[in-house]
Parts: sequence; structure tokens; C-alpha cells
Amino acid sequence: MIAKSRRACFGRRYLVSASHRLHTDALSTEENRATYGKCNNPHGHGHNYVVEVLVCGAVNPETGMVVDLTALDEVVRARVVERFDHANLNLDPLFANRVPTTENLCRAVFGLLRDALPGGELERVRVEETENNFFECCGE
Amino acid sequence: MIYLTRRATFSASHYYWNPAWSEEKNQQIFGRCANRNGHGHNYTLEVTVAGEPDPVTGFVVDLKWLREVIEREVLEAWDHRHLNLDAPEFAAAIPTTENLAIAAWDRLEPPVTAAGGARLSRVRIYETPEIFAEYRGEA
Repeated sequence: MIAKSRRACFGRRYLVSASHRLHTDALSTEENRATYGKCNNPHGHGHNYVVEVLVCGAVNPETGMVVDLTALDEVVRARVVERFDHANLNLDPLFANRVPTTENLCRAVFGLLRDALPGGELERVRVEETENNFFECCGE
Repeated sequence: MIYLTRRATFSASHYYWNPAWSEEKNQQIFGRCANRNGHGHNYTLEVTVAGEPDPVTGFVVDLKWLREVIEREVLEAWDHRHLNLDAPEFAAAIPTTENLAIAAWDRLEPPVTAAGGARLSRVRIYETPEIFAEYRGEA
């Protein structure tokens, strides 16, 4: 029998396609080139990002759920997917003074979702930039 | 400490239904998952154990042994079954992915602990490639 109120985690993955250019005005043209390589190409490039959200909390004994999937989808869609999908990350105000590396994107997503979840607590955000690299943020 | 993970897959059917609620409320909360004739998934189970490698074998646990434990304790009970009707732990609990992760832990933790050497660290279950739940025990 499943005891009441045990703490588990629910994970959900979302697709976000976006463009970006890694560049900072704090560095010279040459330094940007040396630091960011082809990611510094002037007109940018794009990725199919996978944003993975991990929400933890007590399993509601009435529903068997940590968080309602439909409600979670709605929050992530409204706050993250609609904001970044098919957009240029460099033009988002969150990246006005911050290079849109996937590290910074991961932290931005965590901040957009932390206090907006319909249940449970945001434990971790993972952003996969390609199949071969990903970044995780667990808050501060 | 080394964390070792073994993956297994199983296919099962289920539906979500709270008998304390009306049909309307079940439909409202669970949507299509409340269809009483059920539906199914190809689940992926990830079992992670933690321990120090044995100085002689270099193993945290023998992967073949872990595979056999997973097959005996979980797959024999759940693979190609209807979770609501065939698995005793879901006679009175809804077979959500969260509860599947907890129930798989409850099935695996005693034999892993009894074998000594490694402890069960995490159970993760993917219902689809985009939806998963995990349980790490009470602590």
C-alpha cells in the first residue's frame, strides 16, 4: 500500500526552438571571437532546446500526483515556451545585460517558474542545448 | 560513492480514477486518463543504486543480479498487465507515475538492502519520453 504524503518528484520536458548569439560588449571583437568561437558569428544561430522541469513535493493521496500535469503545462507554456519559442534570446529583456548562454537561460527559466508553479516546489531546471550538452540549475 | 543505474522497459495499461469522487469530478481532474477502459504506455524504469566498488571485482553491484532483481520484483508484476486490476498496490492507490515510482521503490528496496554492499538511491519511471517521476525514499 502506498503510504500517504510521501515526497516524490514529477518531471516534464518541453521543446523550445530559439536563436541566440554569444557576444558581450565587455570584450573586444577579437576577445569575443576567441571566447565564443562560432557562437559569436554576427547573425546568430539557433537550437532546439529541451527544457526539463523537476517538481517535488508530497504526493496528494486523492490524485496520486505531486502536481497536475495540465496545470503545470499551462504555467510553463505561458511563462517560458511562449516567451522563448521561435524567438531571438538576445532580444529578450532578461538578456539585455546578460549573454544568452544556456547557463543563463537555465537560470532565467528557474526564476520564471520558481514562484509560479501550481503545486510542489521547483527542484531543478535542466536545459539541453544539443544532444551532447546540458545545463542544470537548482536555484541559488 | 558511485551511482550505478540500470534501465528496463515494460508495457502496461492503467486508468486514473478516485472512487470517492463522482464521474464528473474524475473526468474533470483526470481528463482522458479517466477513461474507464484504460490506456497504456511503454514505460522506462531507471533504478539507481549507490555504493563503493568492491576492491576485488570493481563492481558496486553485479549488473546481471540487478537486472534479475528488477525483472523478478517489478517486471513480473507489471509488464503486460493492467496496473489497476493486476497489481495489488494499486487496488487502493491511483497508478500515477509518481505512485509507480514509489511502488517500484517499495518492491526493490528490500532485496537491494538485504544483499548488502549498495543502497537503493533513486527510482525514476518514464511514462513517455517527456513525462517522468522519481522517488528517492524518505529522508
